[in-house]
Amino acid sequence: MIFNEEFETLPREALEALQLKRLQQVTGRVYHTVGFYKRAFDEAGVTPDDIKTLDDIRRLPFTTKQDLRDNYPFGLFAVPMSNIVRLHASSGTTGKPTVVGYTRRDIEIWSRLMARSFVAAGLTSNDIIHNAYGYGLFTGGLGAHYGTEMLGASVIPMSGGSTKKQIMILQDFGPTAICCTPSYALYLAERGEAMGVDMRSLKLRVGILGAEPWSEKMRQEIEGRLGITALDIYGLSEIMGPGVAMECAEGRDGLHVFEDHFIVETINPETGENVPYGEEGELVFTSLTKEAFPLIRYRTKDISRLMKEPCRCGRTHVRMARVSGRSDDMLIIRGVNVFPSQIESVLLGIEGLGPHYELIVDREGNLDTLEIRVEMSEDVFSDEIKTLQKIERRITKDIKDYLGVTAKVKLVGAGSLERSEGKTQKVIDKREI
Amino acid sequence: MKVEQISVFLENQPGGLEHVTRVLADADINIRALSLADTSDFGILRLIVDDMESAEKAFHDEGFTVKRSHVVAVEIPDRPGGMHSISKVLTEKNINVEYAYAFVERSGENAIIIFRFDDIDAGIDALLENGFTVLPGEKVYRL
Repeated sequence: MIFNEEFETLPREALEALQLKRLQQVTGRVYHTVGFYKRAFDEAGVTPDDIKTLDDIRRLPFTTKQDLRDNYPFGLFAVPMSNIVRLHASSGTTGKPTVVGYTRRDIEIWSRLMARSFVAAGLTSNDIIHNAYGYGLFTGGLGAHYGTEMLGASVIPMSGGSTKKQIMILQDFGPTAICCTPSYALYLAERGEAMGVDMRSLKLRVGILGAEPWSEKMRQEIEGRLGITALDIYGLSEIMGPGVAMECAEGRDGLHVFEDHFIVETINPETGENVPYGEEGELVFTSLTKEAFPLIRYRTKDISRLMKEPCRCGRTHVRMARVSGRSDDMLIIRGVNVFPSQIESVLLGIEGLGPHYELIVDREGNLDTLEIRVEMSEDVFSDEIKTLQKIERRITKDIKDYLGVTAKVKLVGAGSLERSEGKTQKVIDKREI
Repeated sequence: MKVEQISVFLENQPGGLEHVTRVLADADINIRALSLADTSDFGILRLIVDDMESAEKAFHDEGFTVKRSHVVAVEIPDRPGGMHSISKVLTEKNINVEYAYAFVERSGENAIIIFRFDDIDAGIDALLENGFTVLPGEKVYRL
């Protein structure tokens, strides 16, 4: 089934004509309303009038996360604050989040794209959707919430946490679909099984899972243990939130990027050159219809490849393969973005601790674990155990407070962590996903 | 009346203790007393040695994290109730013991208990007032 048959199955030629028209509009709009874009375009020697074909997008400069940070909080908004009806934010390396805004129309389009995603997953207005994405600054919760209401299905606004209660509601309310991170879906399965609940006999039949990297192997495990069809959803707050791309139940091979609202490119992260279809590269998105916070050629750092072959579902929109990694060192731990540099600044914020640390990311059962090995320094060392344990607790607490993730802290001997002339290997990712 | 102690940070892993003892052996340093405190992932080895300066230097040369601090050594007759007579005084004076370790003197007549108090001076005063023998550092290093 297709939510918006007309636009989701537009013949390529008509789709590309629509994209070009919208690209010309959005570049013109940002050039005249956002000082940052005027400067960036001028520097690159390009004006909106130079966009004559879709390929001309390559003449436009990239926008990066750093640009978003430099213009914190509202510097890239293209409409006055009076037209903004909602703000969301995502985590950033310096502790300052990147802020995104939405007009009423942006929220409506986002809701429609989420509704498209649900329908692509085989849901209808008769479904009950258990929404375990976090509600708040994170776009996941409210994005899925509004999409469910747009579809006319019933939403259970669970948000994250309270796993026991979630399992009770899964049993008692009988939702037919669940939205959460893949690792949380597995965690629910585990906890449910441990509580003696037959998780396969619930009414759940579909999982719309995203916000962290996962694998085909993990999909099979989720599907087996929950007795559901698990589908991948993609999005990022900078571009909109979840619902930028969605895997269809019919094809289950790549996620359709909703191209009437976004232009997707893949580039070589080193050179910035576009790579051909089918080849891995960094995903770059341009939002075509966003009013409040349009982004031109935004570098996501997510690595994927694009597939142009027609899909059996009938959608003409290009598909992106499951995200296979990140072009920078960002870690996604239980759906939370963590940058090693953030951990470093937390450690340096504790008096007496040095900057030497090592992060070990692993998966225990089905949950990501983060261990931080911190080198002891003579400034904090003591002959008393309790003093050292206090330091461990302080690090754990600060990491939790600033980054929102729970880490196990292990103090190690001074000089015991590997150092080298060049880049220190600070992250050891043992996850097999 | 204080005794100097050197503490060494140890990771809980095979070979950790061996490395410490090798450093001391190579530097020809004699251990007078020791105590190993540990948690699930690290340990603190506390030592009283005959040559504190050389020990500290040897540890630093090997990259160890160490700390020098003061403890109190009390000599008591080695017989039932000996330790209790000390704890009674400490309780009365409301002195908190962070940790303690003990060994028996070579002659076998006396035991020596090493204390780390929250308030070291108050601890020493309390012991002296009640007639206990608090050993000076020099004596402990040369035991």
